[in-house]
Amino acid sequence: MSTPSAKQVSFNKLKNNAQNFSFILPAVLIFATFYIYPFYDIFKLSMHSWNGINLHKTPVGLDNFFELMTDGIWWKSVWNATYITLIALTFQNLLAFGLALACDREIRMKNFYRVVFFIPPVLSEVVVGLVWKWILNPSVQDGQHIGLLNYFFDKIGLHHLVHNWLSDPNTALTCIAVVHSWKGFGWGFIMLLAGLQTIDRQLYEAAKVDGAGFWKTLTNVTIPMMMPVILVVIILTVLGSMQAFVLVLSMVGQGLVYHTEVPVTRILSAMTGTNRFGYACSMGVVFGALLIMVSLAFKFVSDKVKQA
Amino acid sequence: MLNKYQIKGMFKSTFLHIILMSVAATCLFPLFWMLRCSLMTNQTVFVDKSFFPHELHFMNYFQAWTEGNFGIYFINSIIYTTSVVVGIVVVSSLAAYAFSRLEFPGKKVFFYMFVLAMMIPLPGSFVALFDLMNIIGLVNTRIGYILCMINVGLSMSILLLKTFFDKMPPDLEDAARIDGCGRLRIWWNVALPLARPALAVIIIFNSLNVWNEYILAQLLLSDKNLMPLQRGLMVFQGSHSVDYPLLMAGLTIAAIPIIAVYLFMQKHIIKGLSSGAVVG
Repeated sequence: MSTPSAKQVSFNKLKNNAQNFSFILPAVLIFATFYIYPFYDIFKLSMHSWNGINLHKTPVGLDNFFELMTDGIWWKSVWNATYITLIALTFQNLLAFGLALACDREIRMKNFYRVVFFIPPVLSEVVVGLVWKWILNPSVQDGQHIGLLNYFFDKIGLHHLVHNWLSDPNTALTCIAVVHSWKGFGWGFIMLLAGLQTIDRQLYEAAKVDGAGFWKTLTNVTIPMMMPVILVVIILTVLGSMQAFVLVLSMVGQGLVYHTEVPVTRILSAMTGTNRFGYACSMGVVFGALLIMVSLAFKFVSDKVKQA
Repeated sequence: MLNKYQIKGMFKSTFLHIILMSVAATCLFPLFWMLRCSLMTNQTVFVDKSFFPHELHFMNYFQAWTEGNFGIYFINSIIYTTSVVVGIVVVSSLAAYAFSRLEFPGKKVFFYMFVLAMMIPLPGSFVALFDLMNIIGLVNTRIGYILCMINVGLSMSILLLKTFFDKMPPDLEDAARIDGCGRLRIWWNVALPLARPALAVIIIFNSLNVWNEYILAQLLLSDKNLMPLQRGLMVFQGSHSVDYPLLMAGLTIAAIPIIAVYLFMQKHIIKGLSSGAVVG
């Protein structure tokens, strides 16, 4: 038997590599088509004026971006998303943390709470939005409030709280933010509870022996130990809330012009409303860059925390 | 006799239970209200506010299923969810297995490409995605929506499975190789069965994700016969005179399967989430 020639060896190696590579081929193909190409295309399109139908796309350089910089409605929509995010960060996460602390002990029905708190997060935003829209319904029929919340306020005598919740520009966005927090706090709760349960009980014992009360233990033991998990919850809250828009569509729709718009609904209406695809793409680029910057900033902060 | 500390402890735990219970009630009540309103008539739903109405109209569900088109939407949702999840499991486990066990040039580059992509948010590029789907003629087709959704779940599934394969001891695979099994058979007969816990997490999370997905369905599907439930619900509520009991029945039809899956699988879900949080 002769030893295989060098040519034969390299051919076998090539064949072997090709066979191995074929394992990732389907993933790479799907990914390249539906992820990388659009990613490349969006930069190109953002520098064109295009109505989405014509074959002709007019190159306009950076005009779309200049227009976007001075587009008041766009920045208002960015602020609206930030507002939702701020409410989610404080209200939703504090609630989640408080409830996780309450469940991180020998308490009865812990599993029941854990199961129930995670029901809103598994529901779709469409379902959540439409159910809450129905509860917040402002209409009156035969002297009776149709919406449950207004009916409730009316019955217990708090007439001044009866309100057009979703049609008043002053309350609509807050309602959306509160429903968003209602839907989202279960995520934070589960993650924070899991984190709390990894903390060594002996640390609490030691703190107790040293005479630390609830607050001292919380600020000196629990929160420092939980910092990595807290950071994960914060970044997921920020990224999720900035992109939340299905609730806006399902609760308010296009009804309240500009008062409840968020970046994603702006992108959608630039596309389907005014057929300005190039402009919509420039929004997509700016919004995407904004979110990536936020993630990178958090990555930086969490690396710093891990080092310390 | 109870001592001072026991009384204090009881007081504290009662207080905690009251808070936890009221939050739990807030979580469940809107769903109960949805269910209750789905069983009323178009006349009583506006005026009757009793918790348990006298007459229950189960016919609403039949009507929603047929006249409200929710039957078609429901079946579409089932089709999309199963095909996308099967697609993701096959494609991502093949890729993750290769990234973990097989050698080929450019392995690292390709892997980091998938990891980095998780940072790019979908709203950044869906205009271009729509453009692409238009060019290749996949707008308003089932296959177009399915392929896009497979792509959405791919990165996270590959990462999760690769981490799992990396931790798995290679002994069984080596034994299979000595017995003369090829790569593909080892992947299918040895690696996949061992990866069951990780596959469960992937299947559950992607099912939830596809069932609840809205935005791509709105962009890509305008034919009523192709729409999944979430899209159908928005179309239904956007019509001029909304039949609220039927809408509530439709919402219930969309919510029940997901709640059922969640209740059956909650151990996996909570485990998946918790490990994700702790790993960071």
